[in-house]
Amino acid sequence: MSKSATSRKILLLAPLLLFLGLAYVVPFLGVVRWSFTLPETGLGQYVAVFTDPLVQSVFIRTLRICLIVTATSLITAYAIAYVWVRGNSLQRALAEFCILVPFWISVLTRAFGWLAMLSNRGLINTWLQSAGIISEPLALARNEFGVIIGMTHFLIPFAVFPIASAMRSIDERVLLAARGMGSSRTRTFWTVFVPLTYGGLIGAALIVFVFALGFFVTPAILGGGRSVMVAELVYLRIFQSPDWGLGAAISVVLVLFIGILLALLRRFIKPAHMVG
Amino acid sequence: MQSSRPGPILLILATAVAIFLLMPLIAVIPVSFTPARFLSMPSGALSLRHYQALLDNPAWMQSILLSLRIGILSSAVATALATMFGLGIWMFQPRFSALLIGFVLLPLIVPPVVSAMTLYFLMTALSSFNNWIGYDTWLGVALAHAVMTTPFAVVLILVALFQVDRRIDLAARGLGANLTTRAFKVIIPNIKFGIATAALLSFVLSWEEIGVTLFITSVNAITLPRLMWMGLRDNIDPAIAAISVLLILVTAIILALRIFIDRRKATDPQ
Repeated sequence: MSKSATSRKILLLAPLLLFLGLAYVVPFLGVVRWSFTLPETGLGQYVAVFTDPLVQSVFIRTLRICLIVTATSLITAYAIAYVWVRGNSLQRALAEFCILVPFWISVLTRAFGWLAMLSNRGLINTWLQSAGIISEPLALARNEFGVIIGMTHFLIPFAVFPIASAMRSIDERVLLAARGMGSSRTRTFWTVFVPLTYGGLIGAALIVFVFALGFFVTPAILGGGRSVMVAELVYLRIFQSPDWGLGAAISVVLVLFIGILLALLRRFIKPAHMVG
Repeated sequence: MQSSRPGPILLILATAVAIFLLMPLIAVIPVSFTPARFLSMPSGALSLRHYQALLDNPAWMQSILLSLRIGILSSAVATALATMFGLGIWMFQPRFSALLIGFVLLPLIVPPVVSAMTLYFLMTALSSFNNWIGYDTWLGVALAHAVMTTPFAVVLILVALFQVDRRIDLAARGLGANLTTRAFKVIIPNIKFGIATAALLSFVLSWEEIGVTLFITSVNAITLPRLMWMGLRDNIDPAIAAISVLLILVTAIILALRIFIDRRKATDPQ
């Protein structure tokens, strides 16, 4: 390649690489340094991450919530993705509307919507009370149940995109062949259709799990401080009980964990699927 | 095709999911008309006081204008950087393309709270030697949002570029077009919808960004989500329901129009 072509290549590629290098990678190294130097130099904060009972309980709760939310959003996403891909024209349009409207609305508005549904004076409790089914409001928000509902709601569209993409790439003739050989609709669905979407399901599970792990806004609002997840713990360690070192150490551990997870499941990742 | 239409069980399940997806957005509507000062369902009389509060309290309008300004600037920066990067990858196919793309997607993969902490570090470092761009300034927020939204812009622009037929670029090259002509007259016109989508998504992501903003602002740069957050934590202000209804309505109308137009295009060719 000629010299001028090389310089033009650099001219096009370098701005973004420099921008992210200076505004993202270098400051991240600063955070890594905090984790070793605040409040004093050493590995003290990492020892705390792996031994402190409070941090441990938050990690265990985070993992539990992430696994539950991955399961709930995958199952629900599968049902609506199927109608979006294989329904008739009207069903497809309605499914698309129901998937995309929440997707484009901010996480804050959606968490607030769930408060309006689930809180003591919210829609569900008001209805149940006025119908005389319950006398005291049910505790639906400000606890782990509320967090799981809110997070599932946030993550369904992200699960739908890879699943729908896998469903779209299924060759219609394979299904017709199965039907032609006398397989029932139900059996064709479970033994032919679903296995052909495993790739999309694994991709969706990975995206949902990784997103859920770093979730912050929904647990903070719907958990009401009673169901703290690891991301909220970082926030609290920095702004309420200034302990930057521990917040930084938790961040580094999170990044390493996700890095290992992604490296193990590398071949299922297709960035293009994430934006539909 | 008929054989694989969704059966009744799947349709019932999907309807339940659709209701689940829309319910919280609908539940906000009655709450926004409550006459009470706290989050509640209106019983009897409806009131517009919370919509009035949006107009009366200048904080809402100020934060909307601030969010617009930040969204436009950060989206412009993210789209320009992502377009250049995408062109570089597509035209030169450099040796470590996959690695370079992986690198620029980092802010998307790293958990938001870690990005928030990283950008908090950046802002405090910048603030130590200038007053313009740094912690709790609008330019600082725009910079941070550009970092967070660039990966999305890159993905959309690369998707658009990979649908371009390489032969048109080869033809332009064969006819003696130089690099600038190829980029501006041949490639960019072919990905203009991808670029527009990237700019729109970057703007929307900045407009609704809260995780990072929470870490890097305190009293001066109060964006709309930041203001909503402040009214959401302890005593819930129903004015948030009013602003939420407006945001939901705008989104729903734009999407319904887009889906309607797409269907029209799909059903009658020409």
